[in-house]
Amino acid sequence: MSSRLTHLQTLEAESIHIFREVAAEFQRPVMLYSIGKDSSVMLRLAQKAFYPGRIPFPLLHIDTSYKFREMIEFRDRQAQQLGLKLIVHTNQEALDAGTNPFRVGTQRCCELLKTQSLLDALRAGGFDAAFGGARRDEERSRAKERVYSVRDAKGQWDPKQQRPELWNLYNGRIGPAESVRIFPLSNWTEMDVWQYIDSENIPIVPMYFAKPRPVLVRGEQLLSVEQPFVPQLPGESPQLVMCRMRSLGCSPCTGAIRSEADTLPKIIEELVTFRRSERENRVIDHDQDGSMELKKRAGYF
Amino acid sequence: MSAAASVDITAEELLRSEQQKDLLRLVTAGSVDDGKSTLIGRLLYDSHSIYEDQLHAVKRASRGNLELALLTDGLRAEREQGITIDVAYRYFSTAKRKFILADTPGHEQYTRNMATGASNADLAVLLVDASRGIQPQSKRHAHIIGLLGIRHLAVLVNKMDLVGYAEDIFLALQQELLVAIEQLDFETVEFFPVSSSDGINVVRRSPLTPWFRGPALLEYLENIDITRSEHNKPFRFPVQRVQRTDDFRGYSGQIATGKITVGDSITVLPSLRSTRVKSIVTFEGELQRAVSPQSVTLTLEDELDISRGDAIVETENLPFTTHNFRARMIWFSEEPLDPKRRYTLKHTTQTVPAEIAVESRLDISTLATERSTGLRINDIGDVVVETSRPIFFDPYSQNRKTGSFILIDPATHNTVAAGMITSPVSDSGRQQTSGRRHGRVINVTDHKPLEEMFQNGSRETLPEHVVVLSNWNRKAVELLSGAGFDVLLLDAPSGIGENLPEGEILALLQNRIHE
Repeated sequence: MSSRLTHLQTLEAESIHIFREVAAEFQRPVMLYSIGKDSSVMLRLAQKAFYPGRIPFPLLHIDTSYKFREMIEFRDRQAQQLGLKLIVHTNQEALDAGTNPFRVGTQRCCELLKTQSLLDALRAGGFDAAFGGARRDEERSRAKERVYSVRDAKGQWDPKQQRPELWNLYNGRIGPAESVRIFPLSNWTEMDVWQYIDSENIPIVPMYFAKPRPVLVRGEQLLSVEQPFVPQLPGESPQLVMCRMRSLGCSPCTGAIRSEADTLPKIIEELVTFRRSERENRVIDHDQDGSMELKKRAGYF
Repeated sequence: MSAAASVDITAEELLRSEQQKDLLRLVTAGSVDDGKSTLIGRLLYDSHSIYEDQLHAVKRASRGNLELALLTDGLRAEREQGITIDVAYRYFSTAKRKFILADTPGHEQYTRNMATGASNADLAVLLVDASRGIQPQSKRHAHIIGLLGIRHLAVLVNKMDLVGYAEDIFLALQQELLVAIEQLDFETVEFFPVSSSDGINVVRRSPLTPWFRGPALLEYLENIDITRSEHNKPFRFPVQRVQRTDDFRGYSGQIATGKITVGDSITVLPSLRSTRVKSIVTFEGELQRAVSPQSVTLTLEDELDISRGDAIVETENLPFTTHNFRARMIWFSEEPLDPKRRYTLKHTTQTVPAEIAVESRLDISTLATERSTGLRINDIGDVVVETSRPIFFDPYSQNRKTGSFILIDPATHNTVAAGMITSPVSDSGRQQTSGRRHGRVINVTDHKPLEEMFQNGSRETLPEHVVVLSNWNRKAVELLSGAGFDVLLLDAPSGIGENLPEGEILALLQNRIHE
């Protein structure tokens, strides 16, 4: 083995260190599992951190009920194959009241089905630390988030009260009602995640690979129709387009991109030439200036 | 991002080359208005690390011309005030390297963020404004950078466009800063004449500075050798968790420094029990050898009582173990240090209650040391720490991982200070109380005279009070020198012991310079 580690080996070692610190210092950690590629990488890192033992905490999926079908199938298959303890939480009350992005708007919909639901699930489980797959390269306000991000009793983030974080000495001390969001992938970029998936053969949802899919074509946006409430314009019908998902979310709010990339090397090649950031196909980030920061302050990941 | 742009290679080849890059961590520092955010925006923009939609958002927010600084100012409060108030991390890559850049605020009251950003950096980029000269703030930043043990410093003399790219101005500033940082321990210091707003000498060398012989900043960042030889340092492995299953008992952790091979003898601290490494376990299978900074799980030949906070280290080279040590500390909290209070000290994976006595404080505006018993926000001070249990450590100058700690306020849970350990207190204490002569510790890098002596002479050649150690072992050196022996070390790490000219070593060996 060469003495010099590659950037992926360095990042891996750093992330494993974080998983183990949290498992050692917190009472009830939980790992947020969103089924996407970042969650897949987190899951593999957690397996590595505790090998030959099992992952010593449960996984939590906040299910808005509007996720892509293929995502849910993938989730259940993974949980079964790896023998994971998986908690699925849904804000049923809000759904029963008819919450969807078209009726209440994307902001309100996210607030109820994601943020509220997440906070409820964390409280119900009494979790004091929650791993999330967010990376600092994703969005401007995330660039300033610590690896350990302390949240108040309401799960809210105050960027001005962030603790200094030096070396690899993490401060996990919290008050009775507080909790910490932990971001083991903080220093990974989208490119690192893809390279790691390739070099480690990590299973991911097939929707990341290009194939002809029936979508509504609305200018630049390609929308899969999985929910009955997505309104179709007069004369509009799904067309078969060679496309793939760059990031995964709820089907009504996550567009596909035109792509021929049906293998990992092709996805990585595409990434190198990409001129658009990966959250661009997410309608929710653009609803107002600094919108991610506002969501995070309110308790979103 | 630029890798694929021009060359015609297959997707697989591209992937392989991407996976072989190494990682450089850097921190940027400068006063307000030195153009730091613009420089970073320029690095990201010119290395094609900005995505189109992010650029659009910035174009929308810019007043008139594209304001590159807006690419990096993340938080609403910052955009409103037009300043950077918190450390932000940026990621970019070239065909050769991946970079993690910690962008730290220039404001004086945010020194703590500067220290935060610098703590993990291999290299620092310091900006000075050519049109305004070197500000006191720049010297302070250089000082903090040096304090945090960063070995490489790149000084960007920015806004050269405002001084007509004049060589004499560049050279004068270079001279002034070199004098200001003379006391600091940098391995390399490089200067660059730059205009970040026009992109001069940032990514490519510019014909506007024909007198400048050096590379452009990005070229320099791509090529500088930052191997800190962390794996040539003594093996240090703070235990994070004990990993147990029905038929398995191993110790998980990240190798702080050094390397380990199956069969190596190790010692566990604080118990001082020794054994050998039986296996190095990872998810991919067992390894024969592992190096820093890998995260692994070790199993040992003998069943020892080991828990989180203990350390597994190489037997031949033990760290200090004491509850009393000196450190340099940066105070972060609005609430001043209270010498009567107990704080929670976190060092590697150990957490212990600690009391702090301040001895002196560095005046950051004059960079002079003055007597002091207190520390306030952003103060840097020399302190004596007393922990309720002994901790093991190496001096920060030799080992950033095992020489650093943070202090936590047990009431508010905030991180109130960061510390860098300089030395144990007890050594000097023992010297004074024992009344016995403390032996000298001499580092011999040139063996020739010694070898000749041993070849020519007999056993009696060596004076009784001299011992020669071919393996640098701190514990042995401590004991022997404490007992009055002069200890000659062969090939000890630099910074250990005195370096004497050949003649003096010979004199010592021939017992000519004693008492």
